[in-house]
Amino acid sequence: MKQSGDRIRGARLAVLGGGVVFVLAGCGNGQNTLQPKSPQAGSIATLWWIMLGVSTFGLAVIVGMLVVSWFKRGGVGRERPATITVLVLGIATPILVIAALFSYSDIFLIRGTSAPPPTSLVAKRALDITVIGHQFWWEVHYPKGKVVTANEIHIPVRTPVVVSVTSRDVIHSFWVPELNRKMDLEPGRTNQVEIYASKVGKYRGQCAEFCGLQHAHMAFYVFADPPPVFARWLKREAKPATRTLPLFQSTCSNCHAIQGTPANAHVGPDLTHVGSRTTIAAGTLTNTLANMEQWIAHPQEVKPGNQMPDLKLTGAQVHELAAYLESLK
Amino acid sequence: MSTTTVTERVDRLDRMWTARPGLLGWLTTTDHKRIGLLYFWTTLVFFGAGGVEALTMRTQLIEPNSHLVGPELYNQLFTVHGMTMIFWFIIPMTTGAFGNYLVPLMVGARDLAFPRLNALSFWIFVASGIFLYIGLFSGFGPDAGWFDYVPLASKLYDPGRNIEFYTLAVIFNGMSSTLTAANLIVTILKLRAPGMSFNRMPLFCFAFLAASLGLLFALPSLTADTIFLYLDRNVGTHFFDPSHGGSTLLWQHLFWFFGHPEVYILIVPAFGIATEIIPAFTQRKMIAFPLVAIAELLVVFIGFGVWAHHMFATGIPTTTLIFFAGATAMVVIPSTIQVFAWSTSILVGRPQFKTPLLFIVGFIFMFVVGGLTGIMFLAIPFDQQTTDTYFVIAHFHYIIFGAAVFPIFGGMYYWFPKVTGKLYFELPGQISFWILMVGTNLLFFPMHIVGLLGMPRRVYTYPANMGWGSYNLAETIGGYITGIGILVLFANLVVSYFRGAPAGPDPWHGPTLEWSIPSPPPEYNFAVLPVVSSPYPNWDHDDRELDGRRLEAGEGLLDQGHQQRVSALIDGWRVGIADMPHSSPWPIVSAFVLTLMFTVLVVEKFVVAAFLAIVLLATFLGWHSKEPQEH
Repeated sequence: MKQSGDRIRGARLAVLGGGVVFVLAGCGNGQNTLQPKSPQAGSIATLWWIMLGVSTFGLAVIVGMLVVSWFKRGGVGRERPATITVLVLGIATPILVIAALFSYSDIFLIRGTSAPPPTSLVAKRALDITVIGHQFWWEVHYPKGKVVTANEIHIPVRTPVVVSVTSRDVIHSFWVPELNRKMDLEPGRTNQVEIYASKVGKYRGQCAEFCGLQHAHMAFYVFADPPPVFARWLKREAKPATRTLPLFQSTCSNCHAIQGTPANAHVGPDLTHVGSRTTIAAGTLTNTLANMEQWIAHPQEVKPGNQMPDLKLTGAQVHELAAYLESLK
Repeated sequence: MSTTTVTERVDRLDRMWTARPGLLGWLTTTDHKRIGLLYFWTTLVFFGAGGVEALTMRTQLIEPNSHLVGPELYNQLFTVHGMTMIFWFIIPMTTGAFGNYLVPLMVGARDLAFPRLNALSFWIFVASGIFLYIGLFSGFGPDAGWFDYVPLASKLYDPGRNIEFYTLAVIFNGMSSTLTAANLIVTILKLRAPGMSFNRMPLFCFAFLAASLGLLFALPSLTADTIFLYLDRNVGTHFFDPSHGGSTLLWQHLFWFFGHPEVYILIVPAFGIATEIIPAFTQRKMIAFPLVAIAELLVVFIGFGVWAHHMFATGIPTTTLIFFAGATAMVVIPSTIQVFAWSTSILVGRPQFKTPLLFIVGFIFMFVVGGLTGIMFLAIPFDQQTTDTYFVIAHFHYIIFGAAVFPIFGGMYYWFPKVTGKLYFELPGQISFWILMVGTNLLFFPMHIVGLLGMPRRVYTYPANMGWGSYNLAETIGGYITGIGILVLFANLVVSYFRGAPAGPDPWHGPTLEWSIPSPPPEYNFAVLPVVSSPYPNWDHDDRELDGRRLEAGEGLLDQGHQQRVSALIDGWRVGIADMPHSSPWPIVSAFVLTLMFTVLVVEKFVVAAFLAIVLLATFLGWHSKEPQEH
């Protein structure tokens, strides 16, 4: 009777545990450390599940001791067995467990999640891109060409990509949880992190180091495309704009660049192909004409404290600028 | 005949030690118990402020895209919340209130080693807290996070006075902590009762010795760091400016060289409280006493070698990362020793689960949860994945709220009868524990999940489609339940103070010396200086009967003045007698001048500051004009 009660309780626990796993892994927000889409993020997620299992067992031992002391009756236990318990469970066991964890994660697993050494085969066939952090957006450079974009990174699927990161102002942190661990963007230093996508898809990343007023709105997306699609995208991005708007020159060109026009400042994002991006203001708004108008008219309401000033433009000017920018595909 | 002489002797001590009456008595006091109580009440005010800040943030995060507070205020709230809870609540509550009140009682002394320094330390602490909150209320609250990374905290990116209120408040507060730490170290080393060699010293004192040594060696690093930042911002140096050969990582190294030992400084006193409550409520000596004593010291010592595990994502070389992960692995062992020593002590004793022990049981649970997630951070790739997310927030709140604050609550209940002479009400006490247990776990546990789901820390709002909303809602509800639990706890203590039954000197049959004297303790603490032959001196009935006989015989009274016995470092035997200062107006005067000095530094009036420094030195001369004698 008692046994079957235990079994039912055990089954309930299993269901509960399974429920936790389901809830954790089930959230498809594109930024979930437990839905890895690369071998690197996958190895970290596996490490987490192993550590969770061992930790649950360790916690159960302690809770078991506390529960037994709660319900136990009778006298004082002896000193010697208690001291031996402390020696075995408090010293010997943790040394073994931690040595195993240390070797597994910090000697073996860490190699896979670190950026490949520059001379390695992986590094040679990798795509190199550079990401520069700004308050509060991401500048992205592709090699061999003039492709500069912002807040959206396109990569070929199943290809190692080495991202060199640095910052123009304060410290930021580059983090695409489903593709790999994070890496800080330090002014005056260049760090490297490898990202790799096993599947075609859209992955969300977000600044992970507090960087000021709009740290909360400093997201970006990584699009992993089939290699031919990626090649077409890169080719289109390299093309300059075909139309110049005088209003843009007089109001926006102090900060923004549009290739193929006189606007060539690099304070804010390069807008050569802004119309083809899916979001505005580092993932804050979806890229529609109405949102673009709202962003140009009230940047300090959409993202208070960001570097784009409110230029007090008229409704007609806002509409003209937004329509122009949306045409830059 | 002999009773008359005993009464006369005690009256004589009373007359010699009684403080000035009224407010003036409190302002000029040097009595460690009065200063301990002043610390207690003041830190509670700061705890309340930090709690209001926390609940405001939780209310902001209750739903996605909330606009209750803007980013400007939110950034100040989380910065000041962190600073308040660490520098103006836990450290002053443990070393200032508990350490001040209890360490002299446990080692059998009449006061701390340097009573006037102790008063100075308290007034500096109060002034530094007011200084910080003047900054917050005038709109210049520190806003770059409690670890205040540069270059975000440099003049270029934070041009207001906000960071001056960070650097100066931290330096100002650090002076107070340094003085208290030095005072506790000397008290524990030099004022122990005869016979109290190190192997007979209560574990509580080991813990406070470890925490004080940690403070003394860790704080200089933070002080240097904040001075560099102040100079960078106001004088034009380039310590942290990469464009002029400075380094932003230098700030992080210096900060965490302080910041990680700091974590152990916060929790080791709580370990000490646990090792008092467990023997008292199991009526059994601690298991593995020497191991626990060594572990308390070792955890702080190794804690000095792990700082770079806060910097695993900064891009420092992999070899360095592995070294610090190894050190982090080592620091686990002293903690596991203690966890198993506490739990086996409860297991093999006869536990009575009254409120103080309940809080210790809750503490063990919370510490193990927070400790296990802490161990996970030694796995470098996992650390690099989860650092700066809510997973870290969950981890360190389990440690700081669960492992540091729960024992503080338990200790408040445990020593309430000693401090007030009244018993608290048991049932509301237990209810307050269960509310807090449910509240804190509902508040902090979902943070693990939401962190793994990708939510970074220090965001004032978050988008709706990320799947974080329901967890944040649960956390906020947990936050309010925690707030209610804290209110119930303090309401119970307040009502108990007015309505509680008389406690008598020793309601718990406690193990240490403070339970051998009346409640509340007389101003001279011990009429006869006790002789000690074990770490549980109040359970050695022969020794305590001997105290009574010595009082009748007039031995060991030290009633020839305001006196304190000074003892040898190793075994506690007497080496001399020191006259102790009574009350002094100088500490509060010096603290006031120092406050003026820090205030003018906010607005860079260096000449005025130099003048005030001279005035400060003059107050020290006044202070030393009436010097007590040593015999």
